Amino acid sequence: MTWITFLIIFPLLPACLVLLFKSVSIQKWVVIIASALICIGSVCLALTCTQAEAQYFRVTPDIVNKLVATGDITLALVFLYVCRHLPLKRYWIPLLVVVQYGAVVWYDLSGRVPETTHCLFVDNLSVIMALVIGIVGPLITVYTIGYMEKYHEEHPEVPDRRDQFLSAIFLFFSAMYGIIFSNNITWIYFFWEITTFCSFIMIGYPQTEEAVHNSFLALWMLLLGGLGFAAAILYASSVCGTVDLRQLLTMKKSVVLLPVLLICFAGLNKAAQFPFAKWLLGAMVAPTPSSALLHSSTMVKAGVYIVLRCAPVLHGTAAGAMVALIGGLSFLAGSALAISQRDGKRVLAYSTIGNLGLIILCAGIGSHLTLWAAVLLIIFHAPAKALMFLCVGTVEQQTGSRDIEDMNGLISRMPLLTIVMLIGLAGMFLAPFGMLISKWVVLEVLARKNPVLPMIVIFGGELMLFFYVKWMGKLVAVTGPQPQQGEGIGIEWSALGGLAVLTVLVCGLFPFVGIYLIEPMYGCDPMLSRQAIRAVAIMLGLMLLLPLGFFIPRKDLVHVDLYLSGANVTDPHKFMDSMGTARDCSFKNYYINKYFSEEKLFPGALVGSIVLLILMFSMEKL
Amino acid sequence: MNTVFYTTIGYILLAPFVGGLLMGLDRIVTARMQSRVGPPVLQPFYDVFKLFGKDKLTVNQFHNYYLVCFFIFILVSGSMFFAGNDLLMVIFAFIVADVLLILAAYSTNSPYSSIGAERELLQMLSAEPMILLSAVGLYMVTGSFKVSAIVSCEKPLIVYLPGVFLGLTYVLTIKLRKSPFDLSTSHHAHQELVKGITTEFAGPALAVIEIVHWYETILLLGMIYLFFAFNPVLGVVVVVFVYFLEVLVDNTNARIKWELMLKSAWMVTIIVGGGNLFVLYYVLRL
Amino acid sequence: MSFIKKSPWMFHYDGSSCNGCDIEVLACLMPMYDIERFGVINTGNPKHSDILLITGSINRQNEDVVKTLYGQMGNPKVVIAIGTCAASGGIFAECYNILGGVNTTIPVDLYVPGCAARPEAIIDGVIQALDILEEKQKQRKKGKVTK
Repeated sequence: MTWITFLIIFPLLPACLVLLFKSVSIQKWVVIIASALICIGSVCLALTCTQAEAQYFRVTPDIVNKLVATGDITLALVFLYVCRHLPLKRYWIPLLVVVQYGAVVWYDLSGRVPETTHCLFVDNLSVIMALVIGIVGPLITVYTIGYMEKYHEEHPEVPDRRDQFLSAIFLFFSAMYGIIFSNNITWIYFFWEITTFCSFIMIGYPQTEEAVHNSFLALWMLLLGGLGFAAAILYASSVCGTVDLRQLLTMKKSVVLLPVLLICFAGLNKAAQFPFAKWLLGAMVAPTPSSALLHSSTMVKAGVYIVLRCAPVLHGTAAGAMVALIGGLSFLAGSALAISQRDGKRVLAYSTIGNLGLIILCAGIGSHLTLWAAVLLIIFHAPAKALMFLCVGTVEQQTGSRDIEDMNGLISRMPLLTIVMLIGLAGMFLAPFGMLISKWVVLEVLARKNPVLPMIVIFGGELMLFFYVKWMGKLVAVTGPQPQQGEGIGIEWSALGGLAVLTVLVCGLFPFVGIYLIEPMYGCDPMLSRQAIRAVAIMLGLMLLLPLGFFIPRKDLVHVDLYLSGANVTDPHKFMDSMGTARDCSFKNYYINKYFSEEKLFPGALVGSIVLLILMFSMEKL
Repeated sequence: MNTVFYTTIGYILLAPFVGGLLMGLDRIVTARMQSRVGPPVLQPFYDVFKLFGKDKLTVNQFHNYYLVCFFIFILVSGSMFFAGNDLLMVIFAFIVADVLLILAAYSTNSPYSSIGAERELLQMLSAEPMILLSAVGLYMVTGSFKVSAIVSCEKPLIVYLPGVFLGLTYVLTIKLRKSPFDLSTSHHAHQELVKGITTEFAGPALAVIEIVHWYETILLLGMIYLFFAFNPVLGVVVVVFVYFLEVLVDNTNARIKWELMLKSAWMVTIIVGGGNLFVLYYVLRL
Repeated sequence: MSFIKKSPWMFHYDGSSCNGCDIEVLACLMPMYDIERFGVINTGNPKHSDILLITGSINRQNEDVVKTLYGQMGNPKVVIAIGTCAASGGIFAECYNILGGVNTTIPVDLYVPGCAARPEAIIDGVIQALDILEEKQKQRKKGKVTK
């Protein structure tokens, strides 16, 4: 209980401190110490609270509930305040705010929302989420300090409001902890909207026209999810007679399915599943740490968390199958769309949408085994994705481009950073790293189900393999001696190194995570036989040992130039063309725009997912 | 444990012999189909030993090492298969090996290798779904992903999974890089892109690729065998027949474009393979 | 026994020629002569090959190309000049841009005469080159690298 309150309340302190002290060096120390404390807090929570049964804590309801109600009103006012200059005349944004907050606050003040005594709780899922937030998140925050320093040097036109940015990050942590520890859906709703607000601040940070536009795009899309949540609260309090999450989830499915679906709607929205994927893509304009944060440990993870919470109700229902299909569609579409992208960040964004789709797919089915796989996916996805974003951010700062084609031969120019990046990439799709272990578990589980789902996973997984391998290929191309470029030396390294180690470590530790954290929740998984673990261990060992061979000096090699049909000029990468002029040989990846371009696939995915959403709500009675 | 040990060792030691002989026979049969005499049966071995005796040409000092890793991962994949391990794990290790080959080609930064690598990726994109789907199909019938359990299953798997078997045979041509799907690299006089993915590998490196190809072939034919494991004799006959079919197809078809490869392979995967699974799930209720 | 004798892979380059020898080289691969009987594979890449077959003479433009291709072959390697043009420049010898036979640019181990060289002669040349290859391999093993 102490650790929970600490984790929810403590981040507010540095959030205020960075706003108070404008000095960069003080901010730096505040951030580092606060990040360390959050990290320690999460680990201590994990050490003290890990047990099979969920623990529920009594919170003296009156004061805190009043605080939440006041918070709701304040937040509504803040939202209305930021809407004072609306780009593109999006008048529905204030409308969304007024409708949802009006209803919730009115219900709250008129006493229609039933009382809940046990407002906080912790179980293993919360612990896992807390660890993901509390370890990956602070690393990103530490990276932010160094990154923002350079960011403002490179972008003098952007007003320096990094205190707000850092403050938003810490507020974000607080809200995330609030979401995962609350047992009262009005509380979750309150924290939910705080994360919406924080992401709005972060996305709009550069204050360019595009950034402002995208921040409002994110705002209205996320508020739509909030509306779903608000509706869930109203329905739950008036029909189900409780806003206690535990009680809701144990009620009869026919009664509780609608509010749960509304919450899932909000979850899908926050997890940037189709049809809401657009806000996450728009979020790419923001400085990289915010993308890393939104994509890996916070925000989108809040979305999948809440769907995962609701999974027991979804299990075995037609509506749940629809949720799974929306996830599956996002997985397929996200992976396919990433193939046609050249911008590194956009590729990562689509792959996030895809991977979260896979988690949603598992949650939508809701059997214990699929939940197993979903939790594994959450754990493995966070460090690898954060690492990739930070690497791309560093590359962008150092070379001025995040185009994948410009990363050709990066290993010759920035060897260390490239190695870290390769670890991140391998973590995303290669056996025996995390994501692949999870995909393996997913496939093993889904093979017992309808063949549509395994097929979705197989095709999506292959598409994902395609774009990641071609990216990796560009990185490892050796272009010969080239001017070395600086490698974001400084505090960023602690974050990059930490995440790289974490990516590898979680694969090594996954049996333990399974035994101590997941098994008590969802029961034993027959898949994790000793034989399978041994296979993973052998492959992981090879993956760690084999790269050492690259450092063995080879004396017996005979160096020759590339084969360029014999028309080489002195430089190994130049050749003589038919007119007798020397030309560079270069090669670009396939992007297959003919089949996988955004124009071709995005509308289809949008329509398909909207149809599925409508089906989801219409199947509520089945 | 002991049998696992012996089968693993057996695979590592015997697969190159069987695979090499199969390649030799392949070349003779191919020659006869073209009314030529063809090389001796042991020719693939001569080739490999010769390549080991040649200069180690490299473009940069790293790219050959990827092939060492490629070799080791194929060994891991094949050993896991013949030791009766989880079929999905086997396929994933196989994919890792293939990825390493692709990275090796990319690492040279040569235009020919890069196109070869890209096409190899497309070949993976075309073929792997069907291979994974066949693992799912085998699971649906036998209730296990373990190769050992699938082999000892009494049911005639081919009766339940004819579509999956056909699909797997179809993508086998892609995985063996035989015409009409020899886009990334090829074995014939009509070479593609000065041998695509292998352009920059010479001497021992090329020998490694050749040996891995033997291991690969044995592993893939092992997967074909699984469908007939209820009757070992029939199984071996079918495997030989399927390989003969591959040679026949190889000799009677011209190389096609990648688009047709991708489309046709996915079509086969979804309609024939997926259709088979649907029948299993909805009609037979397995 | 050296394996190199059993598996000589060849690589064919056509300089300035009338393409006559060229076609005869390809004829060697056809069912009629089937040079694959001897383990010969026609590769398209110098890095994969042991024997460089050159038809036609060397001109100023392809001089560098021939040198590069020769340099990209791994040891042990053998060069066979096929036809009169490859031997001496042949009918083109007096042209303004012709340097002469292949030996003006790279060391040649074997000449196959003829205009155009007959497939039987080419095969005979390849078979004789095998002994040279083996000899070079032996010397290489002794530490004497032939360049």
